[in-house]
Amino acid sequence: MAVHICSIVPISKTVGANRIIPAVAIPHPLGDPAKSSEEEKALRRALVEKALRAMKTKVEGQTVFEG
Amino acid sequence: MGNRLRVVHYLNQFFGQIGGEDKADTEPLKRDGAVGPGVLFQGIFGQEAEIVGTVMCGDNYFNERTEAAKEAVLAMIEGYRPDLLLAGPAFNAGRYGMACGAICEEVTGRLEIPAVTGMFPENPGVESYRKSVYIVETKASSVGMRDAARKMALLAVKLARGEPLGFPEEEGYLPRGIRRNFFGSERGATRAVEMLLRKMKGDAFVTEYPMPAFDRVDPVPAIGNLGEVTLALITSGGIVPRGNPDHVESSSASKYGRYDIRGVERLSPDSYETAHGGYDPTYANEDPHRVLPLDVVRDLEREGAIGELYPYYYATVGNGTSVAKARGFAQEIAKDLVRDGVKAVIISST
Repeated sequence: MAVHICSIVPISKTVGANRIIPAVAIPHPLGDPAKSSEEEKALRRALVEKALRAMKTKVEGQTVFEG
Repeated sequence: MGNRLRVVHYLNQFFGQIGGEDKADTEPLKRDGAVGPGVLFQGIFGQEAEIVGTVMCGDNYFNERTEAAKEAVLAMIEGYRPDLLLAGPAFNAGRYGMACGAICEEVTGRLEIPAVTGMFPENPGVESYRKSVYIVETKASSVGMRDAARKMALLAVKLARGEPLGFPEEEGYLPRGIRRNFFGSERGATRAVEMLLRKMKGDAFVTEYPMPAFDRVDPVPAIGNLGEVTLALITSGGIVPRGNPDHVESSSASKYGRYDIRGVERLSPDSYETAHGGYDPTYANEDPHRVLPLDVVRDLEREGAIGELYPYYYATVGNGTSVAKARGFAQEIAKDLVRDGVKAVIISST
């Protein structure tokens, strides 16, 4: 089981990922330098938790986990 | 047309009329003149070329003792002093296709004469040899012999006479991935817009740059409980130990790294950095977790949200890296992970 956290969702779809988590930005997919380090870690944790939820979610085909 | 071209033809035991599977161990041997499908080729060549010899080898012999078979076959071919080699066609016969591809590659490289074979696109010989060998597209079985022979013969004569080749589709061979510059009558922007308009109208259009074919896998079932699962981290964002010990390239990566993170709680910027040359590295170098979320995965491991973090992470650089390379990395990495019982992977990409 693999989840792809990625900045460019169309590429992830093209290469065939089935569980896709949109990330923050190309140079910092799992962070945001504009935030404080605590806020940034919380943001990163939310993305990783979303990835874990995606693993527990049944999908029929390529699925982008938005929101 | 001046001199008649001297042609050698390579066949397996079956088309060489030696026998079926029971003769697949036949050692390389040669016969003067045309054999089996060679008679058909000779008819197409007419006065243009003459099949001076046929070299044959059993499919099992060739594939089990490839190096020895290649040397023996090559010596026999060379003995006929040919201008040209034909191999097959192998249609969808895998072992035969691998043999034809290998022989053509050797002959082209070492004897420096043109070689042409023919295969069905799904023959494994195509994947292995299409870049180095002219492979005419054939049907899956010998019902396509006549058509294959005609295309192979025409292409072979053109190559031997040094005549310019057209596009693969015009000549009937499988694209080799070679680009040749030419002056188009319209500039690229005009051609692109025309193509787009055709596409929007639903008209037929031909791309100038076909995308690679990506494979698809069915989604795996959901994991019920992650609390006992080993999770691995992989990134194409180039996070490597500082100094990039494996020299993962900043673009068009030819390799990936596997890095021990036993006991590593955080990725400090003093110890890790990005090797990726395709994005501004400032943010990743300030805090590598922005690309590889080791810190929060360690927290989740401690809290029991996952069983444990796999003791290694994998990193490559996804910057102009070919799909074929990436597929190769994935196959090797997946082998490690399956062997070690990893059930979940988070891949992060910039």
